Amino acid sequence: MAITVSIPTILRTHTGGQKSVEAAGTTLAQVIDDLEANHGGLKSRLVKEGTLHRFVNVYVNDEDVRFSGGLDAAVKDGDNVTILPAVAGG
Amino acid sequence: MLVIRRDLVDAMVAHARRDHPDEACGQIAGPEGSDRPERFVPMLNAERSPTFYRFDATEQLKVHREMERNDEVPVVVYHSHTATEPYPSRTDISYAQEPDAHYVLIGTADPDEHELRSYRIVDGVVTEEPVQVVESYMFAHTGVDDTPDGS
Repeated sequence: MAITVSIPTILRTHTGGQKSVEAAGTTLAQVIDDLEANHGGLKSRLVKEGTLHRFVNVYVNDEDVRFSGGLDAAVKDGDNVTILPAVAGG
Repeated sequence: MLVIRRDLVDAMVAHARRDHPDEACGQIAGPEGSDRPERFVPMLNAERSPTFYRFDATEQLKVHREMERNDEVPVVVYHSHTATEPYPSRTDISYAQEPDAHYVLIGTADPDEHELRSYRIVDGVVTEEPVQVVESYMFAHTGVDDTPDGS
């Protein structure tokens, strides 16, 4: 079992075009480090100065991690992590 | 060029008018690879602000899952400018992360006449494009898989 991470179009250049990839870890931070090890370049698109980048939304299953600990959010085998670009502007 | 049905344009404008003076936002889904906007999806502006918008993150996930199930993508991403020109702001450009989407801006500063413009925003570069409003996609050539409405 692993954690399934779904990757938005804009970041698929880092995953060879794959829509979803597998990763391991018990926190979101560990999952992102594991992603970086296999798909270099992803981490800097997701994390800035130790927190999640404002340009992305990250969900564990159906939960927006901004409300469940951010990078410290707990993740377990079988969970789905979904990354979406934040849609915002002025 | 954005080719779009008149009823979808009317729906975006009505949403923008309804939420004025706050910015309204939403998307129009279409079949993946078609470049054909079909399903109108107004979104909550989580900021409820006259100068900023952000899709509500929880609603965005729900809509994303629906679109995945339907093999749809966001063909149009729209929002309104309620006091300024309908040209992408610096913030709009910094957040634009869908290189295949048509970014539609609706200006509602004038109470009687709206302005609607469409842009591509790729790697921070904004290119305005013409908008062709059609009654139906039946006779408009919008992509490799032209199909009549409703099929």
